[in-house]
Amino acid sequence: MKPFLPFESRLVPISANNIDTDQIIPARFLKTTSKEGLDKQLFCDWRYDAEGNPKPDFILNTPRAKGAEILLAGDNFGCGSSREHAPWALTQFGFRAVISTSFADIFKGNALKNSLLPIVVPADVHAKLFAEPEDAKVQVDLASQTITLPDGQKVQFPVDEFSKSCLLDGVDELGWILKRQASIAIFEAARPGTVNTLA
Amino acid sequence: MSGNLRTLSEKVWDSHLVHEEAGAPALIYIDLHLVHEVTSPQAFSGLRERGLKVRRPDLTVATVDHSIPTSDRSLPIMDPIAAAQVNKLEQNCKDFGIPCYGVHSSHQGIVHVIGPELGLTQPGMTVVCGDSHTATHGAFGALAFGIGTSEVENVLASQCLLQRPSKTFKVQVNGTLKAGVSAKDIILNLISQIGIGGGTGTVLEYAGPAISALNMEERMTVCNMSIEGGARAGMIAPDDTTFQYLNGRQFAPKGADWDAALARWRQLPSDAGAVFDREITINGDSLAPMITWGTNPGMGVSINDAVPDPASVSDPLERESLTKALAYMGLEGGKPIVGHPIDVVFIGSCTNSRISDLRIAAGILKGRKVSPNVRVMVVPGSMEVKRQAIAEGLPDIFRAAGADWREPGCSMCIAMNGDQLKPGEYSVSTSNRNFEGRQGKGGRTFLASPMTAAASALTGLVTDVRTLLSGDKS
Repeated sequence: MKPFLPFESRLVPISANNIDTDQIIPARFLKTTSKEGLDKQLFCDWRYDAEGNPKPDFILNTPRAKGAEILLAGDNFGCGSSREHAPWALTQFGFRAVISTSFADIFKGNALKNSLLPIVVPADVHAKLFAEPEDAKVQVDLASQTITLPDGQKVQFPVDEFSKSCLLDGVDELGWILKRQASIAIFEAARPGTVNTLA
Repeated sequence: MSGNLRTLSEKVWDSHLVHEEAGAPALIYIDLHLVHEVTSPQAFSGLRERGLKVRRPDLTVATVDHSIPTSDRSLPIMDPIAAAQVNKLEQNCKDFGIPCYGVHSSHQGIVHVIGPELGLTQPGMTVVCGDSHTATHGAFGALAFGIGTSEVENVLASQCLLQRPSKTFKVQVNGTLKAGVSAKDIILNLISQIGIGGGTGTVLEYAGPAISALNMEERMTVCNMSIEGGARAGMIAPDDTTFQYLNGRQFAPKGADWDAALARWRQLPSDAGAVFDREITINGDSLAPMITWGTNPGMGVSINDAVPDPASVSDPLERESLTKALAYMGLEGGKPIVGHPIDVVFIGSCTNSRISDLRIAAGILKGRKVSPNVRVMVVPGSMEVKRQAIAEGLPDIFRAAGADWREPGCSMCIAMNGDQLKPGEYSVSTSNRNFEGRQGKGGRTFLASPMTAAASALTGLVTDVRTLLSGDKS
């Protein structure tokens, strides 16, 4: 993973609340065994008509989305399944952050592991962002945990310390866990036997 | 927290803490890792890239369920992409030494059906799977939750996960369920009250007389849909019902190990006086059969109630989402849903595909015919469920009624395998999600219990099963 650096971007607003992972990437695309090539399937059923042609009025098909790195979404973004294909598809399209008032737990965890920053903002800031003009840009700085709105207002957002350091350093969790193998071995030696799936 | 009084989930959490240090989440140990074909291939690729082994293949088990067809298993899988995914899982399991109940295994089935039926799922365990319905296993008093593929890789490599403790949320269900009302109606009612984000950040603990009265399969139905209320896990304290279910199952402890396990398991229920962060009470006596009308599982009503009317909603965002859901569903606000014509009935999924679900459906369909306007699919949850159903003559009942009896898998719950709705079609489905396109692009799903599904299959309309039960006191 690359270190997560500050950036500035236009917003891609999708106002619907409770956008579930079946909308972010429908299940029929989960038969892949790779992480790649999912950007075309992002929001597929909202993005293309029955013949597979892009719907011109859907935001991802408009010039506004081109090169944009921030998705602005309604409440409880990412509810539903545990599919990590959702953050994979979002990052492959080019998104580096999603701004909402709340995120579903599993999606949030998956996003943080893929350098996609879930940014929770208060309802008034959320509403203000939706009212911004098309070319308005927002700055995202993870180190200071702030976004800077087009009018210069700075808004703090929460992120847990551990995920933040992983993102800033561009490292993943597994390396950290594997350095604690001695603790794991001690725990294993003391735990009661539960099942043996190989038996 | 009040003194040392702890809830069920806190006890399981505490007993799995491997390592804690400042500035990091807790490292917790995983007792059972369930693996399937859809969310694992990229995790195995990650292990290969790093040159890692699976730390505990003996605590890991795999099966195929999501992308396999539910038609004749003696034929090859026609979809080459699905076939490649299934083969990939079987190869990965071979390469890493993980037991795999593959396409032709006599134990193949939906991962959340086979774990319990094999006795793999046990009280007090931590159970994970790359699938959000892992909450199902909480019915045994296990802390069980869905994880993403990065976490699947973490668990394969280390048998551990970095986690933060959840808040606790008690769901007290009092009273006695009336005829025609089932476990599915309890959970659909809860989600309609708290909404699909209502349990975010919490572990639900279901308790009370109406929960204690449920058998294990019914408890699994309740816990299964915890994630539809936003909670990663939902648990029920283990009791004699739990222990009787487990005793003698293939992977359950035997002899002295059983006695030792039982002694541990009896310590698990929440201490009297333990404090939950949040509580809600449901009156089981007044529950009616539930049905969803919208595009998320929180959009549900009692079967004879009217669908909400956008005109009566003041919040503009809420009104917009209601209007959008009704437009997708082709429904009019303010009108009841009962009597709405349907095209398909799906009886199956990790929520409702166990033998008791099939018995209930068969009991309603026996000696009757499904509506000629409706395609009815009955998909058992596992090969074991299928064998038991055959032993009881259930497939003959389904076929005689005009229903299609299929092979085990997730099938039309997730519609990855070709079992799907056509655009615009309506289903009554015993599954767990009614998101747009969930059962096929453009398909429209009414979630309900197996009783409601079977009753609706007979009439071809959304039907209150109690109208069939009246006068027939069975």
